Amino acid sequence: MPWTTIEVEKQDKFYIKDDSNESRIISYKDAIYEALDQSMARDSRVFIMGEGVDDPAGVFGTTKDLHKKYGADRVFDTPIAENSLTGMVTGAAMAGLRPILIHSRMDFLIISLDQLVNHACKWCYMFGGKVKIPLVVRTISARGWGSGAQHSQCVQGMMMNVPGLKIAAPATPYDAKGLLISSIIDNNPVLFVEHRWLYKTMGNVPDNLYSIPFGKGMVRRKGTDVTIVAVSYMVIEALKAAEKLQSENISAEVIDLRTIKPIDEDIIFDSLAKTGKLLITDTGCKTGGVASEIAAIVAEKAFHLLKKPIERVCCPDGPTPASDVLEKAYYQDSESIFKKVLEMMK
Amino acid sequence: MLDNDKLIELYKVMQTIRLVEHRIEDEYKYDEIKTPIHLSIGQEAISAGVCINLEKDDSVIGTHRSHAQYIAKGGDINKMIAELYLRKTGCSMGRGGSMHLIDPEAGVLGSTAIVGGSIPIGTGVALAAKLQNKNNVTAIFFGDGAVDEGTFHESLNFAAIKKLPAIYICENNSYAINSHEMVRHSTSIYRWAEGYGIPAYQIDGNDVLKVYDIAKKAISRARRGEGPSFIECITYRWKGHIGTVNDIGEGQRTQAEYDYWISKCPIKWFRDYLKGIGVLDDNMIKSIDEEINQIIKAAFEFAQNSPKPLPSDLLEFVYAD
Repeated sequence: MPWTTIEVEKQDKFYIKDDSNESRIISYKDAIYEALDQSMARDSRVFIMGEGVDDPAGVFGTTKDLHKKYGADRVFDTPIAENSLTGMVTGAAMAGLRPILIHSRMDFLIISLDQLVNHACKWCYMFGGKVKIPLVVRTISARGWGSGAQHSQCVQGMMMNVPGLKIAAPATPYDAKGLLISSIIDNNPVLFVEHRWLYKTMGNVPDNLYSIPFGKGMVRRKGTDVTIVAVSYMVIEALKAAEKLQSENISAEVIDLRTIKPIDEDIIFDSLAKTGKLLITDTGCKTGGVASEIAAIVAEKAFHLLKKPIERVCCPDGPTPASDVLEKAYYQDSESIFKKVLEMMK
Repeated sequence: MLDNDKLIELYKVMQTIRLVEHRIEDEYKYDEIKTPIHLSIGQEAISAGVCINLEKDDSVIGTHRSHAQYIAKGGDINKMIAELYLRKTGCSMGRGGSMHLIDPEAGVLGSTAIVGGSIPIGTGVALAAKLQNKNNVTAIFFGDGAVDEGTFHESLNFAAIKKLPAIYICENNSYAINSHEMVRHSTSIYRWAEGYGIPAYQIDGNDVLKVYDIAKKAISRARRGEGPSFIECITYRWKGHIGTVNDIGEGQRTQAEYDYWISKCPIKWFRDYLKGIGVLDDNMIKSIDEEINQIIKAAFEFAQNSPKPLPSDLLEFVYAD
């Protein structure tokens, strides 16, 4: 499909500084590939299945030719049956393997919710901890170029409501590799949320195996006037907004949560103690989403730190339009964050 | 042909399932079993006939109605009854109840209360065996209601493509809650499996010897790496869908239909057959019942005297370490 390339190629090669001292710089997409490659080499229980995972494109290059390296028993294409595929990887996980299931659009994840929500995420609890389900479900949100309402959703907020699930949403190449490795070695079902527009993001990535703990956020940019908590691709937009705010003499602190289940609450509270103002930005819809949950946590536990009402910059509560004009109005970006912060400073 | 020991074992398994379920039925009215129960009375021959062919390392995956498979596969009866009593000593530590039974030691990997949910999960267990080059077989049990779900069709297609060591066992008791099969299916269920290229059989599910024979054939085929098989077992559940209710006379099924199936009781038939060929006599029958009743008595005492979970244990096991 040309649009995936066209829209992503139009993006700048954004570089995000990380806590890695490594001098090697690679893309987010290559970091995911490397995490899969090294995890498969390290642990023979790891296998990948999903629609088109061994085709020449290899899920935007993230699984490209892995079937040639590890064999058709460990990387294989499947029928289009998202719900049952999720049940099958659940069964395989309970029988001792470490499966990775890939949905090349996050929208397809919704077809699989019975097996993910009713089965995989509850199995450990329902059976008193007798069975572990070490499962990774990779989902890729895509957007732009008229993909419309069924090929562009970001439903990570909806998934936060699922007991027994962990959710990673890395924004940098370093995190993409480290968190994918953490997800694979975790003994629980993990939803690994990727965003197509992050695939070109560049950053320092060590070439060895390393893992990043769940529930530990990062301050991506230090600031004193306002706290911007960002998730997934919105980290980039928040960093761009912070840069522009600097020219207005506003110092914004940008927090990247890295995982949204569990959430690093302390990193938010520590920042709010300095700034007293909070803006939350997510790639999904506003109501009942990631930003709602973060706002609720702050209202519950850190209300005393707030000098102003909380603001949220999310997609509006409508399906995604296909029209380029409407798309532009639908998606939030650094400009909408910038404007909202200016209002907060009045 | 089965040797006498195996024949007696088959009988014991069926009779254990029957007597355990009768005791559950008796105890249910005291309201200490505070969880929905789904009885398999009348369907005992299927689990017994299939599971006697399975090894310890083979797996079964069941549904909300899985007491029979759990017992037939060698699950711990004390822990099962304790789970019905929602005790800390239950097989699922009181988190699952009657619909979520597990005994990994015995190869019972769990049971699901979502209709059709067992089918892909069991298929995945079979997939794991294949990917790991293990010789294990997975028996996946479900009712005739589950074949209406997409998971049934998606899983059979997948298992056929991958030649998985899976045995799909449909316990066709004609009813999905109260909806009769005639209003739900356009053809015999086993024909759907044939459509996916899977060897399929429709058999008398009350004839334990027939179930044993076909299951043996299917399991050997799976062990040889030749792929899945499908067995539709025609049977009947004597009790209503849930609890201890008896649906007759409530407009759900007729007395004549019920009486016909009672006359086809799988256990009575098998007992008479074994007596006829001289394998069982009245004394043996009596001593088998005594032996089973001891097991049941011990299990209910264990369950009733076991502690309940504490409120502070609530969120244990949400995540695995």
